[in-house]
Amino acid sequence: MDIANELLAGSRLALSRAITAVENEYDTAVGIMQKLYPHTGRAHVIGITGPPGAGKSTLTDKLAKEYRRQGKTVGIVAVDPTSPFSGGAILGDRIRMNELTLDEGVFIRSMGTRGSLGGLSRKTAETVKILDASGKDVIFIETVGVGQSEVDIVKAADTTLVVLVPGLGDDIQAIKAGVLEIGDVFAINKADRDGVDRLNIELEMMLDLNQDMVDWRPPIKRTVASQNQGINELVATLEEHIKHLEETGKLALRRKQRTKNELLAMIEEQLGRYILRNINESGQFEQLVTSVQQRQRDPYSVVNEILKDRLK
Amino acid sequence: MEKRIRVLVAKPGLDGHDRGAKVVARALRDAGFEVIYTGLRQTPEQIAEAALQEDVNVVALSLLSGAHPHLFPRVVELVKGKGMTDVLFVGGGVIPDADIPALKDAGIAEVFTPGTPTSAIVEFINANVK
Repeated sequence: MDIANELLAGSRLALSRAITAVENEYDTAVGIMQKLYPHTGRAHVIGITGPPGAGKSTLTDKLAKEYRRQGKTVGIVAVDPTSPFSGGAILGDRIRMNELTLDEGVFIRSMGTRGSLGGLSRKTAETVKILDASGKDVIFIETVGVGQSEVDIVKAADTTLVVLVPGLGDDIQAIKAGVLEIGDVFAINKADRDGVDRLNIELEMMLDLNQDMVDWRPPIKRTVASQNQGINELVATLEEHIKHLEETGKLALRRKQRTKNELLAMIEEQLGRYILRNINESGQFEQLVTSVQQRQRDPYSVVNEILKDRLK
Repeated sequence: MEKRIRVLVAKPGLDGHDRGAKVVARALRDAGFEVIYTGLRQTPEQIAEAALQEDVNVVALSLLSGAHPHLFPRVVELVKGKGMTDVLFVGGGVIPDADIPALKDAGIAEVFTPGTPTSAIVEFINANVK
């Protein structure tokens, strides 16, 4: 079957198979993506990130339902960690989203990180494109539970929602670099717990110190996702953000930067593969490794030599 | 990147015990599979749709309530009806021996009853997955 054409005609099986082809790097993957690419770029991509247990999956479930109520179709990519030891994974985000399963306007795909360390899997961005091409209006990317430095989501999303909960740490945590710097919108979830006012103040103080918020100060919204509280307001805020990006021309800038990053990453990957294949075939690589390891050669001149021979 | 075997571990029907399903999910993870776990009290329709969206190679059904003669074949029928004809189905839980032949006729490739070592499930999947 022609997966790309069937996907564009609305087949959910083709959509699912396209993601598998890309995730496993089947030979068919590039052809599929070539056909789908002209149909991408329409969806509003929202990243949802935050520490483990903050309620990202439950919040995603509730946000998706609110967008559905407004008549929009929704794609969800839910990333969970792959075991570095076995290569296996337990992907459990669907547990919180079971009520969405039978809604034909929603498509949920779980992915393991498969060795990627930035909070996403290597194929998350392409999976988003596949869902985009299938016509989804809004696409959520739910990252793995993050600590402080897993910030790949910014590169993949138009709007980044950082989900926090009260009681995770004192105000020193809030001025650390990383996850707290990337929020376009903050949600304090489980806002019926103690400590919510304090967290709110700490976040506001952190934002006060940021110098670069000329025309968008990240709003802080309170939610209790399990009780469906604050969800409408949060959706309205996410919509305000995308509208802001559109009106200021920042959306085009962000997407151009993303395209640039993706092109560079693809060049890097293909070049790396080409050289790897080439040096493996030549059979000299093992000798070079040995000579470097025994300090007969240094790695810098060896790399220069390898590249000079192959990139003319 | 090599292909990973993806397994949907699902509990159809109304029983509220998933210790067994969780033990199996963990063992499959440790064997290098990607396990999608959807939680308790799933309808066959939900399980089939999740299998489609996740493009799994294996659907592992666990059931302790006695409703397996109805629910297991129904899941097989629905998954195949979605065009996923190469999925491997396995079942587990409290299943009387007398019921097993009928389940196999309905497309459940193997049934693992209490006491089965998890390694046997892993071996079976590795040997039979398409």
